[in-house]
Amino acid sequence: MMHAEAGTLNVPPVEGQTPSRFDAGAARELAREIRAAVVSMTHRAGCSHAGSSLSAADILAVLYSGILDVTPATVDSPRRDRFILSKGHACAALYAALAGRGFFPKKLLDEFYQDGSPLMGHATHKGVPGIEVSAGSLGHGLSIGCGLALAAKRDAMAYRVFVLLSDGECDEGSVWEAALFAAHHALDNLIAIVDYNKIQSLGTVDEVLRLEPFAEKWRAFGWSVTEVDGHNLGALGEVLDAVDGCRRIVEAAAPEAGKPACVVAHTVKGKGVSFMENALLWHYRAPDAAELNRALSEIGSSR
Amino acid sequence: MRDAFFRGLLRAAANDKRIFFLTADLGFGAAEEFRQHFPERFINVGVAEQNMTGVAAGLALAGKTVFTYSIANFPTLRCLEQIRADVCCHNANVKIVAVGGGLAYGALGPSHHATEDLAVLRALPHLTVVAPGDPLEAEQATAAIAAHDGPCYLRLGRAGEPAVHHSLRFTLGRAVAVRRGGDVSLIATGAMLPVAVQTADQLLNDGIEAGVWSMHTLKPLDSEAVLQAARSGAVFTVEEHSIIGGLGSAVAEVLAEAAFSGVFRRIALPDRFAPCAGSAEYLRRLSGLDAGSIRERIRGEIGSRRPKGVAVEAAARG
Repeated sequence: MMHAEAGTLNVPPVEGQTPSRFDAGAARELAREIRAAVVSMTHRAGCSHAGSSLSAADILAVLYSGILDVTPATVDSPRRDRFILSKGHACAALYAALAGRGFFPKKLLDEFYQDGSPLMGHATHKGVPGIEVSAGSLGHGLSIGCGLALAAKRDAMAYRVFVLLSDGECDEGSVWEAALFAAHHALDNLIAIVDYNKIQSLGTVDEVLRLEPFAEKWRAFGWSVTEVDGHNLGALGEVLDAVDGCRRIVEAAAPEAGKPACVVAHTVKGKGVSFMENALLWHYRAPDAAELNRALSEIGSSR
Repeated sequence: MRDAFFRGLLRAAANDKRIFFLTADLGFGAAEEFRQHFPERFINVGVAEQNMTGVAAGLALAGKTVFTYSIANFPTLRCLEQIRADVCCHNANVKIVAVGGGLAYGALGPSHHATEDLAVLRALPHLTVVAPGDPLEAEQATAAIAAHDGPCYLRLGRAGEPAVHHSLRFTLGRAVAVRRGGDVSLIATGAMLPVAVQTADQLLNDGIEAGVWSMHTLKPLDSEAVLQAARSGAVFTVEEHSIIGGLGSAVAEVLAEAAFSGVFRRIALPDRFAPCAGSAEYLRRLSGLDAGSIRERIRGEIGSRRPKGVAVEAAARG
């Protein structure tokens, strides 16, 4: 198994099981770093999507703390795990996670949104190491993930494909085309994570276009579904760690074998900055200087 | 052209294990052979063109050369944003193939007429746009796009088109001079090529020698060939596509920037949807896209000038 070979932590392998590489402490520190970067970057850029980035911060921190088998050294390896940020508008958080893990210098984050910078306002692969796929238009990432996962199957490679979607994104019919496809082709190396913060562009998901019963929809489409608190690093780590390459969610029953995995992560938009939490305004607004200071102090002290 | 495409595809796939074929549930009686030979590389994605195109991009990002296939506007306009964002933006090695370009599916109605595809797709960065004019062009174009590293759009006719070439050396982006003739120049693309040749034959009866070019690649456009054609002093583009944005527009861009002062007319479909049922031949005639109508149009446009190349044109202007 490639995950054992590529392990960076010295966890003794358990027979018949891939050793866990998830490091909760590292995830906690990275999540704090991502949040601080997000509020600083959106402040400097005067740009939207702070709330969406903060709701995904813990998920990203966990993915880049021993779940995803990709490092700056293996970023071009055909065997690397692939991560697609389908909700490309949360790219500030992803850029911060990648910088935090050394894919590119943290200094580059200062250039977010600036003239001539490679760090565009939606995740862009060009010139940004660690970004697999450019996104920004919703409903594209899961299909691309299906293609990558299918290629792994055909090439008998063990890499996994993780796709992070937003809840509003699931309004797009193409998401469900991809959901049908993944189950039909038994892409158990594909993991969709939905950042279910329950607020979309113009209102709550319930007001705009109801998704519930959401987990049941994914199940009905043939996916193995786990619901988790998207801000509980330990729980997230456990769930994502259990999605073993080309296997299944370990704790799930045998009938789940061969299914793609969906992790419905219950989150809070703007999580970690009290005045941004659960507030639609912060889908759009950038923090001013005073708000930035307040946000930074909350992020620093709350962790 | 469809059968020629599959011949070319089978040969390419036999030599290149990276080639995958994705269809959105179409290709009855045509795609079977690929499935039999390469079951692991054949995927019927179902009636889901957006997903087909995204999946193709993902496969391509993992090193595959992926053909997506459907008819009319379904593999193109239906999933245009996936082509733009997933395929072109990543310069992914995806080849989009549409059978039924233009009015080929005549009586099926406007839903099945691909008449704006060239205009829309040639605007996309990185995308090579190809519309072969006969079965041999289609077969060789298939090999050429399979070998080309980058996204391509292949617009095919249907089946049973007449052969124009006896032999051919197809190069992407290089027009083929089919007929020599210095009085007027016909530049055709796609399934209108045989009609252009037929028109040239008829014009001979009028004492007009027409040169005919097959502009099988719309993008990158062979502007050298356009300028060569312009030497006759009278250029007519012929396409089964809206008059807006297709071959005629592409050629006009070249001629205008070259300050061409001769006669230039776009022979194409008017800016409308087909008003009634009808075979491809009937609908072409309705829009003046048959050889007889084109001949009359050309005679009318060059009128009594009886052109003999640029010199005559210049004298007439002078």
